[in-house]
Amino acid sequence: MVCGVEEMAERRADDHQSYEGKIRIPSGCAVAGFINKTGERVNGRTIAEMMALMKERSNGLGAGYAAYGIYPDYRRAYAFHLILADHQTREEVEAILARNFRITEGHEIPVRRTGRNKKAPLLWRYFCDPLRLDRDSALDELLLATTMRINRLAPRASVMSCGQNLGVFKGVGDPEEIAEFYRIDQYHGYSWIGHGRFPTNTPGWWGGAHPFSLGEIAVVHNGELSSYGTNKSVLENFGYELSLRTDTEVMAYAIHHLRRQNMSWPMVAKVLAPPHWAELERMAEPERELAAALRRIYGGLLMNGPFSIIVAFQGGLMALNDRLKLRALVAGTSGTGLYLASEEAAIRQVCPRVEEVWPLPGGEALICCAEEESACHVA
Amino acid sequence: MPRSLVPPEFLVHRDEGRCTKCKACIRQCGFGVHAEGPDDRISANDQRCVNCQRCVVMCPTGALKITANKEIGRENAYWSAERLREIWRQAESGGAILTSMGCDRNYPVYFDHLLLNASQVTNPSIDPLREPMEIRTFLGRKPEKLSIAGPPGEERLAGPLPPEVRLEMPVMFAAMSFGSISKNTVLALAKAAKRMGIMFNTGEGGMNPALGPFRDHMIVQVASGRFGVDSAYLEAGRIIEIKIGQGAKPGIGGHLPGEKVNAEIARTRGIPTGADAISPAPHHDIYSIEDLRQLIYTLKEATDYQKPVAVKIAAVHNVAAIASGIVRAGADIVVLDGLRGGTGAAPKMIRDHIGLPVELAIAVVDRRLREEGLREQVSLVAGGGIRSSADLLKVICLGADAAYLGTAALLALGCHLCQRCYTGKCSWGIATQDPSLTKRVDPEAGADRLVNLLTAWQHELKEFMGAMGINALESMRGNRLQLRGVGLPQNELDQLGVKQAGEAM
Ligand code: SF4
Ligand code: SF4
Repeated sequence: MVCGVEEMAERRADDHQSYEGKIRIPSGCAVAGFINKTGERVNGRTIAEMMALMKERSNGLGAGYAAYGIYPDYRRAYAFHLILADHQTREEVEAILARNFRITEGHEIPVRRTGRNKKAPLLWRYFCDPLRLDRDSALDELLLATTMRINRLAPRASVMSCGQNLGVFKGVGDPEEIAEFYRIDQYHGYSWIGHGRFPTNTPGWWGGAHPFSLGEIAVVHNGELSSYGTNKSVLENFGYELSLRTDTEVMAYAIHHLRRQNMSWPMVAKVLAPPHWAELERMAEPERELAAALRRIYGGLLMNGPFSIIVAFQGGLMALNDRLKLRALVAGTSGTGLYLASEEAAIRQVCPRVEEVWPLPGGEALICCAEEESACHVA
Repeated sequence: MPRSLVPPEFLVHRDEGRCTKCKACIRQCGFGVHAEGPDDRISANDQRCVNCQRCVVMCPTGALKITANKEIGRENAYWSAERLREIWRQAESGGAILTSMGCDRNYPVYFDHLLLNASQVTNPSIDPLREPMEIRTFLGRKPEKLSIAGPPGEERLAGPLPPEVRLEMPVMFAAMSFGSISKNTVLALAKAAKRMGIMFNTGEGGMNPALGPFRDHMIVQVASGRFGVDSAYLEAGRIIEIKIGQGAKPGIGGHLPGEKVNAEIARTRGIPTGADAISPAPHHDIYSIEDLRQLIYTLKEATDYQKPVAVKIAAVHNVAAIASGIVRAGADIVVLDGLRGGTGAAPKMIRDHIGLPVELAIAVVDRRLREEGLREQVSLVAGGGIRSSADLLKVICLGADAAYLGTAALLALGCHLCQRCYTGKCSWGIATQDPSLTKRVDPEAGADRLVNLLTAWQHELKEFMGAMGINALESMRGNRLQLRGVGLPQNELDQLGVKQAGEAM
């Protein structure tokens, strides 16, 4: 046993003091991501390097990574990455999983427990197949319901990710520590996103780190959502339980909800950061009509407040800023690679011969799909 | 006639040194308080004064002052002067006491126990003078899911959406019928609604032809009396509102006495001149939820499903379950009228002792609809006691899409809250049909005052939102996290769904 029961008890006591998981703690952050349009898989070292350069923007209290394409041998399986307090919780979680999934493999995620990460919770990985093979949308419901059930146990248990060929690795620490801890350099993915956190309070909870993931999407987010209360109350109509108490959870669920409705990525972006009414009025039909309808029907999912996000999905990445562009986000291209980061320097660090670099305008999504992988698009 | 034991409520004080005997007060008072005596001094009959302040405001020399007549006996904390008066009045009249406007008793006002948030550091506030601040909203049914057609990049709506009504700010003028208020007052509301891009409501009085130019901003009401309801009337409005109840008198019908039913009101309502216009307490075709469903769909059929149908109820104890039933019955908009909602006439005991504050009503209905997954399909409108832009924003944070203004709108037109609308003598020319009084409200000047009020509220609303770092009204609705309670016990906080001040986000 790598992590003793006593240590976990201590861990829980820490959680108690820190409030994390019970209230929302605002934070500033660094985000980064890249994708290779050819679908070529890249070592996780690159994203770790991008994040390490932006160390300044986080304070060692949370970091994480997500990658698509890391489990080629298990590509059809749903990979559940879990944060667990102890083995008793793990058994509870396994029982929840077993209701709807056949677990084909389960083991601890290989980590290097050194320094302060000796206190890390139990990190477990299951590869699962759904018991009843069903339509895609039904699978979405299944993943949603299962994740909600497990997260109800928070802070004892939370789902880091559960998508196909997708994995989230996150925890308390600075980006380099977390990369080292999870041995990110052992994984190869065709898209990667990363996050370093600067919470304004003392968090002690691994579940509070980014990326947040549900189903096919994983999100890193820099910003604070003043619309959290509204977004939450809308999502509660549709079976989402906001148990992890972070703004990013709301962002991830909102995107999941919209994708569940078969909405294209440009449409999703138009809901999260819609055009101003004045802009909308100047649009030509039928574009105007559609944009107005999106805003009217999904207005409660407008993300209000400063944010920059990078979303990883099966076959691509989407980057988006709030409508007023209150958070930094820069894009750069080089050959078939697209790079995104809070700071240009992070892009130049891993891609010195970057061809074009530009800041993302407020409210305008940048969507990039990998050719190879776009075939397995769920939508 | 035996001497009345009811002491006057108010005392009229005239500064004889200032009074020039111009007799303005005699002409101004709708209640006939001032009169010229044989010695050509002007005297006042205190007994009749309702403290509407018309004479005080209009007296050119400022010679008049009205005070409350407090010293009426050994009233105490339990037996207040008001209770004593009520008993003496009823001992003389044998009748229920009538009154007007909304409940004025000292029940908790939740608005005054809620504080709004602002952003600092981690989330910049937004300057509404520099950045767009969007306060537009829509009412009407929403599909849970938008059907989009066309290939990526050329997407368009797959089909028409249910009818919607756009509001340039989240307020509307509440139902006030021609009959309970004057035609000029109705016109002032209609003009202001048009200028502000919001809606006004005909009330149950039918539609006066003079409202023709304002149809696009008109909500037509169908109440239990069904006055003036025909297909032309239903077609005329943008929204059809079925009035089941009203916050000022839940469970009670309406009664416009025959003497107020002049030729024009009679025409508008479709009843004989001089006949009492009685709105029964229940709709005689609605005895349960399935009957309401029939009426909703009858109205939709009659208007070819082109207009949202609203159902207005008084907020009562079981409001959450009732509202959920109304949504399931097919209503597109649910209107909750709270305890403080005003009226032209109501029995005082009913007005003051039945109902629920609108803050609680909205909070519990919003929560119930969310729990049932229905909230996103319909609009929720709050009515009853919205006094300021702060109240407006707080009720939106509690879950409303928009709010009705009744009393606040009349106050803007000069009403001084004397609570005597039922007498039809309103000195301010609002709640009266007496031509010598109604001309006191000039529709154009009145509309200006209403537009000013709403413009001021718009500014304040945008300031509030900017301070919170929010630039679209959509992000305020149901955003309870922007509210904190002060001085409320835990169970009240729970009902409101609001955290205690001091608790973090
Ligand atoms: S009723 Fe009004 S106008 Fe008449 S005396 Fe009293 S305050 Fe003056
Ligand atoms: S409308 Fe007229 S009668 Fe009614 S409360 Fe206001 S001032 Fe008094």
